Order: sequence, then structure tokens, then C-alpha cells
Amino acid sequence: MPAPLGLAIAARHLSHRRRQTVTSLLGVALGVAFFIAIASMMQGFQQDFVNRIIDSSPHVTIKDEFRTPPRQPVENVYPGATIQLRGLKPKDEVRGLRGGRAIIAALEQIPGLKVAPTLSGNALLRYGPKDSSVNVIGIDPDKERLVTKLEQDLIAGKLEGLYTAANGIILGEGVALKAGIAMDDLVSVVSPEGVVLRMKVVGIFRSGLTLTDNFDTYMLMKKAQVLQNRPNVINRVRIRMDDVEQAEALAKSIESRFGYRTESWQEQSSNVLGIFVIQNAIMYSTVGAILIVACFGIFNVISTVVFEKTKDIGILKSMGFRDADIRRIFVYEGLMVGCIGVLMGWALGYGLVEFMGSLEFKMEGFVRAEGFVLYRTPKHYAISGAMGLLASTFAAWLPARRASRMKPVDIVRGAA
Amino acid sequence: MTAIPILEARNLTRELPGPVPVTLVRDIDLGVGAGEFVAITGPSGSGKSSLLYLLGLLDAPSNGEVLVDGLTTHGLNDNQLADLRLSRFGFVFQFHFLLPEFNALDNVQIPMRRLGLLGAGEIRDRAEMLLQALGLGEHAHKLPEQMSGGQRQRVAIARAMANDPAVILADEPTGNLDTKSAENVFSQFRRLATDLGRAVVVVTHDTELAARADRRVHLVDGRIVP
Repeated sequence: MPAPLGLAIAARHLSHRRRQTVTSLLGVALGVAFFIAIASMMQGFQQDFVNRIIDSSPHVTIKDEFRTPPRQPVENVYPGATIQLRGLKPKDEVRGLRGGRAIIAALEQIPGLKVAPTLSGNALLRYGPKDSSVNVIGIDPDKERLVTKLEQDLIAGKLEGLYTAANGIILGEGVALKAGIAMDDLVSVVSPEGVVLRMKVVGIFRSGLTLTDNFDTYMLMKKAQVLQNRPNVINRVRIRMDDVEQAEALAKSIESRFGYRTESWQEQSSNVLGIFVIQNAIMYSTVGAILIVACFGIFNVISTVVFEKTKDIGILKSMGFRDADIRRIFVYEGLMVGCIGVLMGWALGYGLVEFMGSLEFKMEGFVRAEGFVLYRTPKHYAISGAMGLLASTFAAWLPARRASRMKPVDIVRGAA
Repeated sequence: MTAIPILEARNLTRELPGPVPVTLVRDIDLGVGAGEFVAITGPSGSGKSSLLYLLGLLDAPSNGEVLVDGLTTHGLNDNQLADLRLSRFGFVFQFHFLLPEFNALDNVQIPMRRLGLLGAGEIRDRAEMLLQALGLGEHAHKLPEQMSGGQRQRVAIARAMANDPAVILADEPTGNLDTKSAENVFSQFRRLATDLGRAVVVVTHDTELAARADRRVHLVDGRIVP
């Protein structure tokens, strides 16, 4: 059968059933549009979040911890036996990365890596009547600016302020806001070791990651070591890489080489990345459900057409149309609904995305944002288009097959 | 006038299987030549229509065979049978079976477009010519629902003639028409046989009309009786 003839018959069938056709069209269009809008919103948010993490935090962090507790000698003597040890005391070791300088020197040999040592620990920030618990990070500003985005994130002051002030400290925006601290204010920092330092606020940063902004403070490495009473000790090595996708592999190789627990950015954000997986599953099942409903609509309209058109099928077949011709006519109908529905859905989806993009609001969750971060990609259009066409073809296939199997003699005999 | 049978039935039997098998037609031998107008008559349930469907390759015989142009159609698959119907047969049924969404002109064009031998312009010209010949020139752009029963049936005849078939098969074509329209339609079949040399087989229960055929085949209980 020449395609134009089949298409002409299919088009007439649909245009004479306008209401049902429009309903099925809307089903496909809404499914496609929602997919584009939701995917763009979700992926935009996820991409934005990952970008912020990749930008502002180190890609790999070496910590002064071990993944598994040290093996007790008795376990080596009796492997596999049930052993009960009582009164075991952990060794009183100096905490920190042993041979930290050597580790850094070794890592700096690897091309594509920027390495910065830090000493981080907890402290109490005291300003007037306000005490707030903060995370104090001792840094080497010259190295830090290569590894994290701290310098770009500063909304007041400069990173050099740490050198120029006698006791400089940089606060996260949240820390400063909660305690009502402004630039150049003097604050007391109290460590668990009992050391108290009077420090001057030389900078305030905003990373957009709520947790970081509410708890992190930066000072020179030397001051942090004094504060924690741990001279010459570092307990974190932060690494930035040119190729962030290699972070997991690098973390693994560092951990197996030096023994210290080494986390990639993926591992450090695994809780959030895990949520993304669930988010995506919800998105796909929601959109899938919409398309299934659209499928029923198409199935319904084409089944009705097949039922109403039994006589036409009979005459077309006795006229000399083959089974495949009849099947094609009804599959064309599904494809037409699918194609037009997908095109409408694309337009609607584009409109929705642009509308969401124009909205402005303040949001504070994992990240701070001033509106939807939207991810626009032709891929969403391709995926939703393919799904829409596939669904409509499938929905049309079943009634079309039934139509093609009708015997013309049964139809003309029944009617005559 | 029966020099070479274009359409021939040999020993044709059709049984409907089931707990109680029903025989529709039994041991039919029949030949129809070019330019011959055959009327099949008989009481209701005598198997007239069943015979026509068998002759038109719409139904498969339980026994015996149908020959078209002297060649057996036994063993042809559904697609081959469909192609044969498309090029060699034209059907007219009691109900016009025009596609309701298409106007008369489009309906007549459909078999030609399916066959695909002619260009779009030629197909259109031929469809107009066919409608003209049946006196429907001014109704070419009407939808079936806008025409009378007789007019519709004449459109159906034009459609049956579309691919210039050798055989025209009609099942009670005048069954739903008033006397005048029936007369008109019947004379068209007469014309197809006499003037255009088609083999025409018409099933009818109207004995008056049947009497005007070249030959009358009377069926009783699925068998030809003299």
C-alpha cells in the first residue's frame, strides 16, 4: 500500500473523532511536557549541587583515620577463632597524619593534582553572650586557593587578611549571622584543649552549601596548631584534581598506599547522591505513569475506531487490501497521535521550563538558591519523544493487529 | 458467449465446522465467461451469498477449487488472494460499504491508489470518468451520507470498476433500493457485461431482474438445481 493512502485514511479516521483524538493527544503531550519540565528541574538541581560540591570542596580528602580498627596481635595468632579481649585500651597516639609532609611531597609529584594540608578540629566561638560550636580549619592560604574555592566565595575581606592580621579568622556567613558578627570584630575561639585565642574577623564566605556556611571557619595552620595544642600536626590533606571523575580511583590508590582513610567527593556526599538516585526513580515512575495513562487513551480511541470501522475493514479487505495494509492504517493512527502529541508536548515542555526559569524565590535546603536551576538539553526532548512515540505505537499495535486479523467474509456476511 | 471461462468453480463445497457441521454449498460446478451476466437465485439460506464469497476468493472452500483465468487459486496465501482480488475482481454488496469519511470521488480512487499503477492525475480522471458513466458526475464531491441509496450503490459500482476488473461480483445489490433505483442499478450491470465485456455474477432474490440475465443459476440447499 502506498504510504499516502494509508495516511489519508488514518487521518480521516482521527479527524472524524475529534474529541477522543484531542484527549489522547493531550495525554501524550502532558506526559512529554512533564518529563521535560521535571527532568530539567531535577537534573538542574542535581547538576548544580554536584558542581557546587566539586567547586567548593576538595575532590579527595585524606583523613587521620583508618577504615578498620587495627588488628590485635592475638587475632593473628589464632586466625578465625572466637576471641574475647577484656580491658583493651587504645594506644595513646598523637592524632594526625603521621609523615604528613612526606605524603604531601609524594602527591605533589603526580601531575594534575593540587594538594593542601589542613588541621581541622572543633572549637567554640564566643562573641558577647553567644557561643557557637564551629569547625576550625587551619590552612595554608597559598595552597588553599589552589584546592578550594574559598577565595572566590569570600563576600567580605581577603584571603591575605589571614597573613596581615595578627590573629585572623574567616567565618562562614551562617556562623557570622547567627552570632551577629561583622567584619573586623574580635571573637574568642576556645578549643577542647582549653586554649583561648582572641581573633579578628578578616573575611566572611558564602559557598551556598548550608552545612559549610553554618559551621566552617578558617585560620592559618600555625594558629590552628596552637589552638588545638598539636604543633606541627596536620590531620587532613585536601586534593583537587583536573579530572574530577578520577577522584574515586585516586582515593582508592592513596588509601592502599598510605593506609589512611581517603574519601572522594562522591563518598563524602554519598548521602545526598543517594537521594538523587531515589529522586530520579520517582521522576521516571511519575512520568512513566502519565505515559501509561496516555497509552490507555490511545488504545481506547484506536480500539473504538477499529470497532466502528469493522465494515470499512471488510470492504477494504475484499477490495484487495492485505492484512498488513489494514494493520498499518491503524498503527499510522497511533503514530499520528504520538507525533503530534510529542510536538505539542515539546512546545508545552519548553514553555514550562522557561516559565520555571523566570520564577524567583529564596530556598534553603542542601543548598541556597534564588530560583530553579534548570538543565536544558536536547537529550530530554529526545528521550521524551522516543518514549511518547513508542508508547503510542504500542498502544495502537494491539487494536491494529485485531483489525488486520478480521476475516472479510465474516464482516460482509454479518452485515448483509 | 461462454468461450473461455474467466471464473470457474470446480466441485466447490463449503462446510462450516462445528459440533453440527453446516454445509453452505455442495459440489458446485460453474463457469462464467467474459461478457456473460449470470444471476444466482434461490430462497434465503440456499447458499447464494456463500457461493459468491467463494467465487470472490473472500472465503476458502472446504473442497474443490476456484480458477481465475484458467489458473487455480488453491494454495495461494492471503496476500496473493488479496492481490488477485485487487486487480481482477470488483465487489458490490447489498450495503454500499463506502468509506463514510471520503466523498464519492475519493471512494472510487481508493482501489486505484492501492494498486498504484496510475499516477495521481490519471487516477482522478479515471474516477471522474467512471462516476460520469454512472450518471453521478455532479455528485462526485458529496459524502455518502449526502446521497440517496441508489446513488451510493452506483458509486459502489464505480468503485468496483476502478481497477478495470475482469469479474464483477454483486451480492443483492438492489436489495435495499426502490424499484426505480433497482432498475437503474441492474441496467448498469447489464451494460458492464454487454458493452464492456465483463463477467458479471449477481446474487439476487428478485426473479424479475434475474430473468434478464444471460443465465440463471438456481440454488436450493447449497446445490444447483435446474
